Amino acid sequence: MLELQLPWLELAILIPLLGTLALLFVRDPETAWKRMLVICSLVFLCAVGAWLDFSHLHTFEAHDHWDIVSRLLGPDAIVIDELSAPLIPLAALLYLLTVVSTLRTKVRRFPFAWTLVSESILLATLSCRDPWGVIALLALQTVPPYFELRSRGRSSRIFAFHMGLFMLLLAGGWAMLDAHGPKSEHSIWAIGMLISAILIRSGSVPVHCWMTDLFENASFATSLLYVTPMAGAYAAVRLALPVSPDWALQSIAIVSLITGVYAAGMALVQRETRRFFAYLFLSNSSLVLVGLEVATPIGLTGALCVWLSVGMSLAGFGLTLRSLESRTGRMSLKQYHGLYEHMPSMAAFFLLTGLASIGFPGTVGFVGTELLVEGAVGIYPVVGLLVVLTGALNGIAVVHAYFRLFTGTEHRASISLIARWPERVAVLSLTALIIGGGLWPQPGVASRYHAAKEIIARREVTHAN
Amino acid sequence: MDYNTFMQLLGICVVVCPTVLLAVLGLSSLIGRPLSEQAVVRCMYTATVLGLIAAVAMLILMLATDDTFVEIRIGNWVGIEAEHFHFHVKFIFDRLSIPFVILTYVLCGTIGAFTSRYLHRDSGFNRFCVFFAFFTLGMVLSSLAGTIEMLFLGWELVGLSSALLVAFFQQRLNPVRNGLRVWSVYRIADAAFLIAALTLHHMTGGGDFTGLMGTEAWPEGHATVTSGQALFVGLLLLLSAAGKSALVPFSGWLPRAMEGPTPSSAVFYGALSVHLGAFLLMRVSPLLELSLALRLAVIGLGLVSALYGAITARVQSDVKSALAFASLTQVGIIVVEIGLGLHYIALIHMIGHACLRTLQLLRAPTLLRDYHMLENAIGAHLPHKPTFWERLLPASYRRWFYLIGSERGYLDGLLDELVVNPIGAIFRWCDAMERRWTDFLSGGESRVSDRVAQSNEVVE
Repeated sequence: MLELQLPWLELAILIPLLGTLALLFVRDPETAWKRMLVICSLVFLCAVGAWLDFSHLHTFEAHDHWDIVSRLLGPDAIVIDELSAPLIPLAALLYLLTVVSTLRTKVRRFPFAWTLVSESILLATLSCRDPWGVIALLALQTVPPYFELRSRGRSSRIFAFHMGLFMLLLAGGWAMLDAHGPKSEHSIWAIGMLISAILIRSGSVPVHCWMTDLFENASFATSLLYVTPMAGAYAAVRLALPVSPDWALQSIAIVSLITGVYAAGMALVQRETRRFFAYLFLSNSSLVLVGLEVATPIGLTGALCVWLSVGMSLAGFGLTLRSLESRTGRMSLKQYHGLYEHMPSMAAFFLLTGLASIGFPGTVGFVGTELLVEGAVGIYPVVGLLVVLTGALNGIAVVHAYFRLFTGTEHRASISLIARWPERVAVLSLTALIIGGGLWPQPGVASRYHAAKEIIARREVTHAN
Repeated sequence: MDYNTFMQLLGICVVVCPTVLLAVLGLSSLIGRPLSEQAVVRCMYTATVLGLIAAVAMLILMLATDDTFVEIRIGNWVGIEAEHFHFHVKFIFDRLSIPFVILTYVLCGTIGAFTSRYLHRDSGFNRFCVFFAFFTLGMVLSSLAGTIEMLFLGWELVGLSSALLVAFFQQRLNPVRNGLRVWSVYRIADAAFLIAALTLHHMTGGGDFTGLMGTEAWPEGHATVTSGQALFVGLLLLLSAAGKSALVPFSGWLPRAMEGPTPSSAVFYGALSVHLGAFLLMRVSPLLELSLALRLAVIGLGLVSALYGAITARVQSDVKSALAFASLTQVGIIVVEIGLGLHYIALIHMIGHACLRTLQLLRAPTLLRDYHMLENAIGAHLPHKPTFWERLLPASYRRWFYLIGSERGYLDGLLDELVVNPIGAIFRWCDAMERRWTDFLSGGESRVSDRVAQSNEVVE
């Protein structure tokens, strides 16, 4: 396997952990925020370095230079490949932008140390291909949100119940598969447990309530950073896709499709912004699983493109909602707020990211959605129909929320609510990616197509054995 | 420079002008540095005039050389060669698109000039112009699209700008509600369009109109699909066109859309946007010729819409709504003409109607004042003579038609009762069930969001 020029991945994972130690002794929140900014910027640079370095190698997978971890834990412990190459910088970017857009009103309550720990775990998960490593890291990811719920004095029972079940089924299912050995026909129980675990982590109906509950009770930043990297989809590609028979993939696709339509409908009737966001995210992210399980090159390419576009656009959408919340507190959708006059650029960004998430033409999501539907129509026409219906409902929900938050009345405020420069930086960075990716989609699509081909090839090899 | 290269340059200029306009106005607003009113107006004038000159030059050259079809290929926007999947960026200039794009530029230029005075120093001037730039680009792309995906792109831009401009007076509740209504109907219509586009893509391996409708210039093309496929795709496109052109049963949004400022009402619902559905049907007219059932459906829908528009327009109490329904009557007739295969008549009818209706709608704000002046001058109300139908129909029938017209055919109510309310009720019930489930799991009240205050208080 080829090597990168530097140990980018190990640095990206290690820097936040060291940063956690550096922040432990800082008492002043402002200083902590500044240091956090430096740490997240460094992590992002390492992640982008890994991606660029990998792109220049023109290979499917590569190791870090001076790779120590792989010598200790095996060749798949830390590795970058076509699938993870853009996901790693995207995850680092989400953390960076979340920190950048944190206003002073929120700095005192922001869980800096836990955020860095969760960033490190997430980057390690995305860099890991070893099944047991992925399972362990997915389990570890649940720890920071759990402790945050406890520290805020909120009920953690729903989150703990679902995540406990998820870990139990995932570890149990994979242990049974391991015990069977590398056979093409696995036990129905093992596969059933594995896909059930993935559906729980992805928030599929009817085991989705942990996601709305997390948004209700945890901080917006923690919830956003826990769900937007779509660890459930990552588990599906790394663990389920290579070993699952067709019926299992079809089951995931059907449940995900039902989730997409159901969550889109639920987004329409929500009366509070966080729950609205949770359902909107659920609806869009479930389409990724639909495409993954179509398992044709076009459908899979579409799903991988939608993965990136939904991650990017809904993270931006969430950050906008968070910015609004930091000024007005949690917001009801029962009434109109008329915030446009106070924050026009945030209003424009809200609409842009919302429309990008549904695949509006000219934004990063358009081509991915088209590919996804095209792939789905080729195999199951009704799937394509329902994906389009989901997009239509989500489009109505996004504009409905836009009108509720930014129009309909005159908002009176005695202080300026205008977007601050860190928020502008976050907004403009994501805008550039969303519009740039929409107007010039070919490099992204080509990269995702290679990843899709490789995933399908691996699946075929596994089944042939 | 040879003829082909010159035509390519002109064609690119036609498309680039509104694109640059949108980029300049949109980006300056997004970074929080909007241009001055004067600069915005100059940009609008420059882009519109340059685009119009290029389009007219193309028309003159095509007439002079007897060229009926010019294709401009920009290249592949996205392509996966191994899977034979392509999104071509291609524009076609033919006997349908050239008149429509010139009409677009003429009317957008007129409305731009009107707006520079009508909304002078209005706080929403810049916002209006950004949305208007979206609309102009959408119309130009829709007119010239050489692939169904490009048509969809333009179609969506028109839809978004329409909904946002209906809600232009955004501090009032009704415009916002009506904007959402318009957007919701458009989304359903767009979903039908997208499914049709993907089905065509799937049937023919690409979205090119030339691959689908033959290489002959419009309207002589011959579709390359079967009669059954034409019926299926055609019905989807008809549904999509009905949503965009406010044909029955989607007509309810048309008077609601008049909540927007007069310039946008004129250009959207009197002139261009309302004809976009008819334009779509004209663009895919070779499909109609393959299926008699499809043609009958088109004619039937056009007739019903025209009749509905004619009855409803007569009882409206405000001039903009009356003009909106009068537009619907003409659009219905244009759709009938398309269904009958009278393509050139439909095109001429569309252009003439768009120009007349723009003039009427721009004139509407001052019309009432003129009426009052006239009545003051003659010292009495203007005389009212019974119309032909008033003399022909008995009073009971007239009352019945009046009721139908004044309630706008109960179309909005029917859509609410049959579609919107049942769907809303189902999901609200699901929400209640979820609440019970999460309350049970958490052992108490699970929703913090229930306590979110309904106020506009700011955390200070």
